[in-house]
Amino acid sequence: MSIASAQKRSFGAVLWDYLTTVDHKKIAHLYLFGGGFFFLLGGLEAMAIRIQLIQPENDFVSAGFYNELLTMHGTTMIFLAAMPLIFALMNAVVPLQIGARDVAFPFLNSLGFWLFLFGGLILNCSWFLGGAPDAGWTSYTPLSVTSPGHGVDFYVLGLQISGAGTLMAGINFLVTIINMRAPGMTYMRMPLFTWTTFVTSTLILFAFPALTVGLFLLMFDRMFGSAFFDVTLGGNSIIWQHLFWIFGHPEVYILILPAFGVFSDVIATFSKKRLFGYTAMVFATILIAFLGFMVWAHHMFTVGLGPVANSIFAIATMAIAVPTGIKIFNWLATMWGGRITINSPMLWALGFIPSFTIGGMTGVMVASVVADYQYHDTYFVVAHFHYVIVGGVVFGILAGLHYWWPKMFGRILHEGMGKLTFWTFFIGFHLTFFIQHFLGLMGMPRRYWVFLEDQGLDTGNLISTIGAFFMAFGVIVFVVNAIYTAAKGEKAPDDPWDGRTLEWTIASPPAHYNFKQTPLVRGLDPLWIEKMEGKGNMTPAEPLGEIHMPNSSFLPFMMSLGLFIAGFGFIYQVNYNWAYILLFGGMAITLGCMLIRSLKDDHGYHIPKDELEREAD
Amino acid sequence: MTENTNSNETNSFQKQKRKEEMQKQLISFALMIVFTIIAFVVVATGMMDGMFVIPILLILAIIQVAFQLYYFMHMKDKDHEMPALMMYGGMWAAILTVAGLGVISWW
Amino acid sequence: MSHDHSLNPETMPNEPEKATLEGKNKFLGFWFFLGGETVLFACLFGTYITLRNSTAGGPTSNELFGLELVFIMTILLLSSSLTSVYAMYHMKNNDFKKMQLWLGITAILGFGFLACEIYEFTHYIHEYEFTFRSSAFGSAFYALVGFHGGHVTFGLSWLIAIMIRNAKRGLNLYNAPKFYTFSLYWHFIDVVWVFIFTVVYLMGKVG
Repeated sequence: MSIASAQKRSFGAVLWDYLTTVDHKKIAHLYLFGGGFFFLLGGLEAMAIRIQLIQPENDFVSAGFYNELLTMHGTTMIFLAAMPLIFALMNAVVPLQIGARDVAFPFLNSLGFWLFLFGGLILNCSWFLGGAPDAGWTSYTPLSVTSPGHGVDFYVLGLQISGAGTLMAGINFLVTIINMRAPGMTYMRMPLFTWTTFVTSTLILFAFPALTVGLFLLMFDRMFGSAFFDVTLGGNSIIWQHLFWIFGHPEVYILILPAFGVFSDVIATFSKKRLFGYTAMVFATILIAFLGFMVWAHHMFTVGLGPVANSIFAIATMAIAVPTGIKIFNWLATMWGGRITINSPMLWALGFIPSFTIGGMTGVMVASVVADYQYHDTYFVVAHFHYVIVGGVVFGILAGLHYWWPKMFGRILHEGMGKLTFWTFFIGFHLTFFIQHFLGLMGMPRRYWVFLEDQGLDTGNLISTIGAFFMAFGVIVFVVNAIYTAAKGEKAPDDPWDGRTLEWTIASPPAHYNFKQTPLVRGLDPLWIEKMEGKGNMTPAEPLGEIHMPNSSFLPFMMSLGLFIAGFGFIYQVNYNWAYILLFGGMAITLGCMLIRSLKDDHGYHIPKDELEREAD
Repeated sequence: MTENTNSNETNSFQKQKRKEEMQKQLISFALMIVFTIIAFVVVATGMMDGMFVIPILLILAIIQVAFQLYYFMHMKDKDHEMPALMMYGGMWAAILTVAGLGVISWW
Repeated sequence: MSHDHSLNPETMPNEPEKATLEGKNKFLGFWFFLGGETVLFACLFGTYITLRNSTAGGPTSNELFGLELVFIMTILLLSSSLTSVYAMYHMKNNDFKKMQLWLGITAILGFGFLACEIYEFTHYIHEYEFTFRSSAFGSAFYALVGFHGGHVTFGLSWLIAIMIRNAKRGLNLYNAPKFYTFSLYWHFIDVVWVFIFTVVYLMGKVG
């Protein structure tokens, strides 16, 4: 019904709707489009990198531009593609999985999205304003402090703004999961994707402040003349490395844990079995998060922290392999003896297990300190983290998108194109990155613009670049598939996959209030329980009554726009006095909007009971 | 009517409880002031060696903060399990951070 | 309008800040935010501890800090923490006037603290030429203490905004969570200050 009415509305009305929406399902769409756009952009940068490295001493791009490309590829993919795409899935699914009508803080949810988008835009404006950041996605000092031009300034401001949005999203999901669960949905009955969202949000809460402080220090050094990293005034570069990795290592788990959740749900659904070792899976997730906070210095083995510190961090790092191994075996055991359907979401899950396991194995290799002195800053490390991040996170996002696309958009993605995407991307992925292990072991350093002829690196790099083209083809097929599905795709029923969890009990796409009556949850996989008892739908936990909904608001957009403007003020006040107008003007917009938000009452509105009765399905 | 008197009774009960709570908070405030004064006196008079003073100062600070969190911010009360859990998590991350920056940063 | 009624009941519940779902969400979300802030300040403390002896030939902490002013600031902020406890006590007793009174006293004490801090900073800058740019120690000091001062400033603006906004209409279930979260924030500022006066000033005097 909502689709039919949406088609009738003018473009302006739809645009205004999305600019002001606080509905988690629409915010999920926004995250998907925003994150998808940056994913394509980051992919384009990756292709330029691989084309430059297709042959020895290539001159496809200049050395300086190559630095900008590799910096922006990493930064974009981590902060502007992977994170928002994961948030897209969380927003679309988590409230439905716990039987909630909305998230705890709909306004903050929308603010989080707009902050991410404007942060990403600031970062990418750098391309047109004198050059992108070029100090690597880790932006190590003193390189980043001394990098000329404004590139790194854009990095600092862009990540600061989008990072604030991420922190809000994390708090929002924590409170949503704690306070908004339907009756009977105890913690140990929550689907694994909800669990991993919960644990991930905790990690966001504790990890992102470290990034915030690190970026502030870098900003003060670059724009306000402070001396945190200035050795001549007593500064210390290692502070940046600590702060960055205290954030950066949990960030890896922030990315991978939701993917684990997606696979747990997908594998259980398509094996027609309850997830094997549910309790162990939950505790393994928590354990990974806990250990993930204590291993950051394994990125700094070659800094010279001393043998004791290195050993502690090496052991803690290797310990993470244990809960991860528990998970791998539980997924295998879930499939064992199951009635397995192999379709596109399941293919991504099946492809994930060996790919991620390879990434995990090389992770244990680089965790060994003595060996790491050899691997450090070579293509071996590049291969390792692409195996976990592409083979884990990107596969997870694509599995999740194929799985929940019907719930998000009401149409099923084309199966043939889905399989084509998987096979080209999967083969291309291994072609690109497997060979890079050996390139690294042969001594090819990461982040180098060119390599020389006849050093045994020519063929490997050629193969790697060919693989990258396969991956690009796979992504293009996916985009075509999405457009085709929007136009001509098969309409999705409520429960296209014979699902097990609450999101499949309501319409695809759901009404804006999600659940007309809050469902009563009687166990793990609540829908499956009802199906096994021959009922097939949920028992409501409350009589039909008024539903309270939050009001839409344009303030989140304006707040983020204010920070966007102020960001330029911060960057340019170094050279020009007029930039203070931007700085104070932008901050005034943001703080003014915050004041309005604080002072103006916003009670939301109620959907009356008779209107709900009329919409009876 | 019976309902009304009933709620009045619970109200006065709650009021009494809040009064007792307020007394506890006043006591903790007095203790915090005392600890603050001890900390300043120890440093101002220089009565002890640096080796001893620093641990004493830190212990005094931690006790004060515990009073703030548990009494002033009610973290000891019921319905505060999740806030307490997340504060402990934050403190754990904080300890690791301070230890990391303080102990393993070389020059 | 049944809605208005539900937010203005005839008898206030025992915990007005947690009587509605919105209030419960705010309560929990704000606590979690403070958990994150703990890490934020820990990073600043860690940076300060690493850089506190990097004076680059400028004044050291022992030469700079005077304990009298810091003691006054500490007492001001500690007292303001107690006055906000009183404000919450009266909120739970549904005595709006007294709550506003105690919040007003909290604000005055907060401004006193802020005035001392501004005096302290200008004193260091003019008497000792100890600035944000003069040494890594200076940068770390002003970053840590300044962040805390920024939190105080933000808290005061917040407090005054909600006090004025609700001055005429009194307490209800919609604004009670706002006052309560403010009090949590204010206590947290005091928590941070306890560590600042201990780690920065007192330990800076000891060496």
